[in-house]
Amino acid sequence: MKNTFKITKGLYIPMTGTSAKEVVSAGESEQWSVNPNDYHGVVPRLLVQVGDLVKAGSPVFCDKNKPEVLFATPVSGVVADIVRGEKRKLLNILIKADAQNEYVPFPVRDPLALSPDQVKETLLNSGLWTLLKQRPYDCIADPSKKPRDIFVSGFDSSPLAPDYDFILKDQSTDFQKGLDALTRLTEGKVYLGLSVKTQAPELNQAARVEICRFDGPHPTGLVGVQINQIKPVNKGEVVYTANALDVAAIGRFFNTGKVDLTRLVAVTGPMVRKPHYVRCKPGMSIQSILKGNVHTEAHVRYICGNVLTGVQTGSDGFLNPQAHQITVLKEGEGIHELFGWALPRLNIFSFSRTYFTKLVQRFQPGKKYEPDTRLLGGERALIMSGEYEKVFPMDILPEHLTRACISGNIERQEELGIYEVAPEDFALCEYICTSKVPVQQVVREALDKLKAENGD
Amino acid sequence: MRPTFSEGGKLSKLHSVFEGFEAFLFVPDTTSHSGVHIHDSIDSKRTMSWVILAMVPALLFGMYNTGYQHFLAVGGLAEMGFWEIFGWGALAVLPYVVVSYGVGLGIEFISAQIKKEEIQEGFLVTGLLIPLILPIGVPLWMVAVATAFSVVFVKEIFGGTGYNVFNVALMTRAFLFFAYPAKMSGTSVWVTTNASFGFGSALPVADGFSGATPLGQAASAVGTNALHFTNIVGQPLTWWDMFLGFEPGSIGETSTLAVLIGAIFLIATGIASWKIITAVFAGGIGAILLFNALAVNVYMSVPFWEQICMGGFAFGAVFMATDPVSASRTEKGKWIYGILIGVLAMIIRVLNPAYPEGMMLAILLMNIFAKLIDYYVVQGNINKRLKRATVGVQKGGNHE
Repeated sequence: MKNTFKITKGLYIPMTGTSAKEVVSAGESEQWSVNPNDYHGVVPRLLVQVGDLVKAGSPVFCDKNKPEVLFATPVSGVVADIVRGEKRKLLNILIKADAQNEYVPFPVRDPLALSPDQVKETLLNSGLWTLLKQRPYDCIADPSKKPRDIFVSGFDSSPLAPDYDFILKDQSTDFQKGLDALTRLTEGKVYLGLSVKTQAPELNQAARVEICRFDGPHPTGLVGVQINQIKPVNKGEVVYTANALDVAAIGRFFNTGKVDLTRLVAVTGPMVRKPHYVRCKPGMSIQSILKGNVHTEAHVRYICGNVLTGVQTGSDGFLNPQAHQITVLKEGEGIHELFGWALPRLNIFSFSRTYFTKLVQRFQPGKKYEPDTRLLGGERALIMSGEYEKVFPMDILPEHLTRACISGNIERQEELGIYEVAPEDFALCEYICTSKVPVQQVVREALDKLKAENGD
Repeated sequence: MRPTFSEGGKLSKLHSVFEGFEAFLFVPDTTSHSGVHIHDSIDSKRTMSWVILAMVPALLFGMYNTGYQHFLAVGGLAEMGFWEIFGWGALAVLPYVVVSYGVGLGIEFISAQIKKEEIQEGFLVTGLLIPLILPIGVPLWMVAVATAFSVVFVKEIFGGTGYNVFNVALMTRAFLFFAYPAKMSGTSVWVTTNASFGFGSALPVADGFSGATPLGQAASAVGTNALHFTNIVGQPLTWWDMFLGFEPGSIGETSTLAVLIGAIFLIATGIASWKIITAVFAGGIGAILLFNALAVNVYMSVPFWEQICMGGFAFGAVFMATDPVSASRTEKGKWIYGILIGVLAMIIRVLNPAYPEGMMLAILLMNIFAKLIDYYVVQGNINKRLKRATVGVQKGGNHE
């Protein structure tokens, strides 16, 4: 079986604000958040009330459609507030943290000694099952479906992505234990996708998994692209996907019996004064992680995640559980470029050859750019052809699949491979699109509709 | 100014116009609210304006050639300087550009206001293409009618930019060709002997004047002697003349060199598909070589380096066939689409006595088949996926 994959399609977006390899601890977060809206497609059923005492790892809500999937709090304390919106929609669960963090004591066990059902049950009860996602539909893994294989991505190629080698340093026992737990969940293989540039022995010497190497620009780090290269998903099959950093958290749980979601989050972006890594937990307030490390003269946008697939948060927001990175950049509203679309604009980055980006990069290799959040054009119908294919290294026709999603043609979507993709796979297509089509949103809605139609 | 034009304001009916001008002057500062947080700086305005830039060499040379052919016909070419010739030709061509843009953009503005959408930039390119594919003698009112017909029935009723099935500029020409054939073909339409904006006057032509283009000459050739092309006053026309464009023809298509400059520009900036351009030339040259081999009549013996410089073949290959909306959209499909255009254009040209120029009809015909070609390419991708599926996709509605 081929183990090294060279990918030529894609785009590396150079931005200023890469995190320096130093670690700072986060400040105190007054309130912590466990937010059902961070998990797409989950209808929550509350399991706590205001005033309940919780410990790190105790369940706070569950999925109404799958009550065995529990969502746990990362911190111990007392439930301070349950925020509801219109029609009593659950907006947020706020927890006031204890001075001293206490953990729910789970037994310390070796997953290799457990049966698959026991491993599954342990993960569900601890709330760590929510770290696993699945294809099709790109939602939380369905515990009732047996996965054909499990794919773990061991590196991130997105703009300003955190360095997994640096984060997983000295976590080899945790990471390996996490991989072992995953091997118990499937009768197929666990594939670990690594970059040809990955140096860390923690990743390179992972055992009992099939290591596949990838060489190429973004989106090689996306697990969907890796799956399509290694062993694509067919209709009727289910695969689980996970992030290596979350796998280490799972391993830590099996090693210590504690739901300890402490993670190194890369604080990145052009508007960060000193980009570095912060040791914190999901659910903390953004401000306690940033600690004033941001240029606030201009209107800025805080993103939990990277600029392509991340979620926008307010300055009073909280770190969502899927984010291992915070990006801060300028909003850019109010910037009016006169005839900007006709000028050479030597200092902006573009994939298109109508700008001089490649020429500038030849004279200034390693130049980094400071994009802002402007659309830089109006939304149009799809005009240019062959655009998406240039940054979509999967054996799928992205433009035709996007059209099928826009027109709601479910059969066509199935034929063209909707079961293999997630919205994040289309992020680069959306970035370079001349017509500014909101591709990720289109694909997300199509996946949701398909999931509802299929009754999964 | 903005509130006056928004809903409820006094001039809200002109909202689209206001937005259009604002978007023309400035890069919009709307920020993204879903999906990616940063966007590439490319947008459709930049793409369209780059296509216009690529057409400028053909436009400028067309203006010069119009003047050149005029003074060659009425005499006095030797006394005219470069700028006089160019100026005369520019004044002759300018009314067509103005009418084409005026009518087309007017209809686009109205449609955008009715749909309450932004004015889309598709017509910026079409508006310049239309004058370049017309003979110089066409009355302006005909151009206006044809442009209006094309924009409404070929573009707007399908949904506007990005939704047209046929190439809009080519349909304008097709409308004129079938509705007013006397003004679009023959030997008298390619050179104007009238005044241009009051300069010069309707002068009698020189002796030996024949307004036939090389295409016309080839189509009407009899006998088996090799074709020797002549210019409008009977002097021999060399290949170099045909390549540079000093021959009668539609305004923008005579100079293969100008088209080539445009092609290099479009391919280097990645706006036009090099696959389509290469495929059209390959298909055309292949068909010509086949005809050369069969050589039943003298037209079939014209060598390919002369054939591709004759008529609108090169212009159509670079600017018309590459319209991304009406062409095939899959990469494999573009090769098939291009080759078939080239072959069909040559077949219509050489074998069909009724149509001296086959390029327009070949492209319009292939516009119909472009999506069919795509269908089969996509079907290939689908079949590959089906082969490795465990549960077959059930056709016809039911699915688990």
